[in-house]
Amino acid sequence: MIKENAVVISQEKIASGIYSLVLGVTFAEEAVPGQFVSVYCRDASRLMPRPISLCEIFPDRGAVRLVYRVAGAGTEEFSRLHSGETAEIMGPLGNGFPIEENRDKKVLLIGGGIGIPPLLACAEKLSHPVFAVGYRSETYLLADLKKAGQVHAATEDGSYGICGNVMDVICSVPLEADVIFACGPKPMLKAVKAYAEKNAIECWISMEERMACGIGACLGCVCKTTEINSHSMVRNARVCKDGPVFKAGEVDLS
Amino acid sequence: MKSGIREIKMETEIAGIKMKNPVMTASGTFGSGMEYSDFEDLSLLGAVVTKGVASVPWSGNPSPRICETASGLLNAIGLQNPGIDVFLKRDLPFLTGKGTRIIVNVCGHTEEEYLEVVERLKDTSADLLEINISCPNVKEGGIAFGQDPGAIEKITKSVKKHASQPVIMKLSPNVTDIKESARAAEAGGADAISLINTLTGMKIDIHKRAFALANKTGGLSGPAIKPVALRMVYEAAHAVSIPVIGMGGISCADDAIEFLMAGARAVSVGTENFRNPCAASEIAGGIRDFLQENHITDVRDIIDVVK
Repeated sequence: MIKENAVVISQEKIASGIYSLVLGVTFAEEAVPGQFVSVYCRDASRLMPRPISLCEIFPDRGAVRLVYRVAGAGTEEFSRLHSGETAEIMGPLGNGFPIEENRDKKVLLIGGGIGIPPLLACAEKLSHPVFAVGYRSETYLLADLKKAGQVHAATEDGSYGICGNVMDVICSVPLEADVIFACGPKPMLKAVKAYAEKNAIECWISMEERMACGIGACLGCVCKTTEINSHSMVRNARVCKDGPVFKAGEVDLS
Repeated sequence: MKSGIREIKMETEIAGIKMKNPVMTASGTFGSGMEYSDFEDLSLLGAVVTKGVASVPWSGNPSPRICETASGLLNAIGLQNPGIDVFLKRDLPFLTGKGTRIIVNVCGHTEEEYLEVVERLKDTSADLLEINISCPNVKEGGIAFGQDPGAIEKITKSVKKHASQPVIMKLSPNVTDIKESARAAEAGGADAISLINTLTGMKIDIHKRAFALANKTGGLSGPAIKPVALRMVYEAAHAVSIPVIGMGGISCADDAIEFLMAGARAVSVGTENFRNPCAASEIAGGIRDFLQENHITDVRDIIDVVK
């Protein structure tokens, strides 16, 4: 974990409001899929770093790829970064998905919208990854996902793949899985958790919350847990430090 | 020009406790130092002020707990903390021997809860206690004690009776006259006061037609509040004779120097820690640079110089 000025290697718009940013970093070798970086704004009136997950990790090139959605003025600022410029970041942060122990298992990667990018980093480390992904309308990253594994997709407007959401994909395509990794909006995570419980499949979910410190000190980004957390001593866990990846059963999504 | 560099004294003192420099961390922004020690050499800080600790674990408020505003941060953490048992077993031992002073921030819902924590901190490595009577994000306790001068004086007296360390009362800016709060703390026997805690604020998400924070309101911090904080620190420092620790939106050495010149004996860095985990030590270094550039050999020579 380090705070550094990362050099922008490239940036491109890959869909409307969706950007792909490749940064040269010193920590690529130690980074794990599911981890994230805090990206700081140059505009000093925007105090909080923006947490963005690692979409791809390139240890040999000393680089990471971030794919993010422009959601406000901060990410809009990032979208204007050009190659050669620097971006102040801290990383790698958080715990990441349990890759090693699941490398050769049948891992189903379930992603919704801007929750899809970190699953690409996972797939690149797994032997038999299968994606079930859902988009609102416009798709992105599909070519990368297909290179990394088998892909089943849905769009809400039916413009690509199955018409519906990612749960419709899972229900309509027979998918076998030993383990599920999921990242996406909370209603999706809730449905995935219920599906995994019903089918007795081990399930890991990546949580999202606004963050301030990004390192576990401020307690700004907690999620509710089903049991007492050993650090907080209450039913709360820090998304930035204890997560962002949790065993689905540990998180109270109600 | 090495011969031109004179030794610069950065030491300051609060209630008889000497600190190597006047820069500390503001409660709630630095945990108990553990997470920041990956970035920051804690021995470069005058003191670490811990997150508020209560008699039992507190769950805090529901999420979302934080949101950004222009040059500011709204938070409604609600004083989540693991309670005094875990604090004494895990957090205080971590900070002990790190070469910095330890100021433990104490919170409670009732006077009894404050006193229980104060009692448990007797004969520990805590150098000073900071009593949080100003958190705007908990319904009982916190600010309930901090907005009425009579209540401030009463709780200060009680805490002083039970505390073995010097007591700093942390004051709320959400009052009509900060001078009255300061005088009440002094009358109750406080050894020092610290201010300001956050200013109560609000943000609405117009797309969701909902409050940005689950708690509806939160405490505003960051550079947005600095002019208000500076004015209040100046007023308080000139209303009492006990030392004042100034804070509120300090993000660089120049900001810290303003607070010292306004009459603060020491300063705390809060929200800036989130942008820069080394902010506090860099600000201490920046104060030293300022003194050197201006041929001042003792930081005390810039305290309370603007009348």
